[in-house]
Amino acid sequence: MLKGRAIKLGNDISTDLIAPGRYMHLRNNLPELAKHALEDADPDFVAKVKAGDFIVAGKNFGLGSSREHAPLIIKMSGIGAVIAESVGRIFFRNAINIGLPVIIAATQGIDDGNELEIDLASGTLDNLSSGAKLNFAQLPPVMLQILEEGGLIPYIRKFGDLQFQAKR
Amino acid sequence: MGKTLAEKILSAKSGVDAQAGDVVIAPMDLVFAHDVGGPLTIQQFRQSGLDRLAHPESTPFFLDHCVPAPRRELANDQKLVRAFASENGCPLYQVGDGICHQLVVEQWAKPGDVIVGGDSHTCTMGGLGAFATGMGSTDIAIAMGLGKNWLRVPESFLIRISGRFPAGVGAKDLILHVIGLLTAEGATYKALEFGGESLKTMTMSQRLTVANMAVEAGAKTGLFPSDEVTRSYLERLGRGKCFQPLGPDPDAVYERVVEIDAEKLVPVVARPHAVDQVVPVSEVEGTRIDQVFIGSCTNGRLEDLAEAAGILAGKSINPRTRLIVAPASRSVYLEAMAQGYLKTFMNAGAAIVNPGCAVCAGVHQGVLAEDEVCLSTSNRNFKGRMGNPDSRVYLASPATAAASAIRGTITSPPRFAAG
Repeated sequence: MLKGRAIKLGNDISTDLIAPGRYMHLRNNLPELAKHALEDADPDFVAKVKAGDFIVAGKNFGLGSSREHAPLIIKMSGIGAVIAESVGRIFFRNAINIGLPVIIAATQGIDDGNELEIDLASGTLDNLSSGAKLNFAQLPPVMLQILEEGGLIPYIRKFGDLQFQAKR
Repeated sequence: MGKTLAEKILSAKSGVDAQAGDVVIAPMDLVFAHDVGGPLTIQQFRQSGLDRLAHPESTPFFLDHCVPAPRRELANDQKLVRAFASENGCPLYQVGDGICHQLVVEQWAKPGDVIVGGDSHTCTMGGLGAFATGMGSTDIAIAMGLGKNWLRVPESFLIRISGRFPAGVGAKDLILHVIGLLTAEGATYKALEFGGESLKTMTMSQRLTVANMAVEAGAKTGLFPSDEVTRSYLERLGRGKCFQPLGPDPDAVYERVVEIDAEKLVPVVARPHAVDQVVPVSEVEGTRIDQVFIGSCTNGRLEDLAEAAGILAGKSINPRTRLIVAPASRSVYLEAMAQGYLKTFMNAGAAIVNPGCAVCAGVHQGVLAEDEVCLSTSNRNFKGRMGNPDSRVYLASPATAAASAIRGTITSPPRFAAG
């Protein structure tokens, strides 16, 4: 069970907004890069985020480049999960690979600052502030297995190989 | 049931009769990384417990994004990548060799390959009929170590193109038009497969431009069939043996079919700050621009430079505007020099920089000042893309870029205007 506050962001938050190119020299210095997380989308993000908070965004969160530094600095900032109407494909894989849960759900009814409680196993999101409840689809089995191990590196350290069978 | 190009390639490589929605484990023909994603890839590989690379000889590293290094942190990143490549016997492409995607097209990619690269524009190689997609550092690290990775077989959209392109209208206008239609998330997780009678007349350079931007509609890859154009392109590179014909089955199932009549296309731009904000050039004609960039993995090839040089020949750029040209690779640079294009650019007032990503990386070689506007032949115009969130980037074709550099304002290509 995850519990935290919603930090609301808009549509189309690109990886250029999450981890701007002008800080490329900090990509190998993640604690410093994390000080600039989402700076161009919400200049107050780093100052206001608390451990366990959720990013609640609109459509196509994380579109753009393959930079894994984007989900990494979101996770380092304390965010417990990203909840969005839709998510860019590479960002989605990257986030799961580093152990940052991503939830695809209708986010229009969630306001900034709402207290949320999320059960990943049952796929339910309770908005404790508004009383609304919503269900969300489970991650695809492959991604769920990776997330359950805490990411792809712990997964490979444990199994030494990809364990999935081809399936429909 | 018939197969799309994506289903065909992933079935052949994974050894499973795969269809859209399946998860397969595919062996990789090529895995690559560059100077920006490379250091994290190396770190993840070292933490994975995998003790060696599965196929170091087909795991190249490219120094292309921030080269030559503009600051010490980036120089150290490049030093780390060089050392890892050397220790592990990986091919290394040095400062000045060019952009990873262009070099992979010139030297590595084959029709039917499965390729993953640590850069979102890896889909470029789809122009050659390779299933190529971008991934992040951890996925690339695992693919390097295991020689394989998992892939969900994508549903495909067929983009069927008919008719002739009007004069002055090119591949960039086509793909921007398609992205405008689909929107920036309209093809998320899908493959864009290109077909139709117009493909016969589309050069490899044009196909690569189109495939390169598939990711801007959210797609996993952009795919062209492998045909006579592919054969002659590979033969010219001395890689004719790599050729195999490849096309979808006639009864392949597509999630969506988009018909494009090339004759109705016009020169377009993507307005700031989204690639799907596509409007005809005529709608923004006269917008003042401070900088023009001709280059990138989208439009830094010889044909692109030839088109721009044809417009700039004997002319000068507007003194209020600066023009930056970055050939996509060393061989493009050398050929552009031999053909006289570089001389044309220099005489017109351009600055030519070394092969590489140049200002598209957002850290050097043309970072914008506050409130400045750039017209660029690259593939992204997100806020902050060129190093400054208080600037604006329009995306356009090389022909529009050259015409606009002369005028200092956004301008239609002369051949289109004359038509």
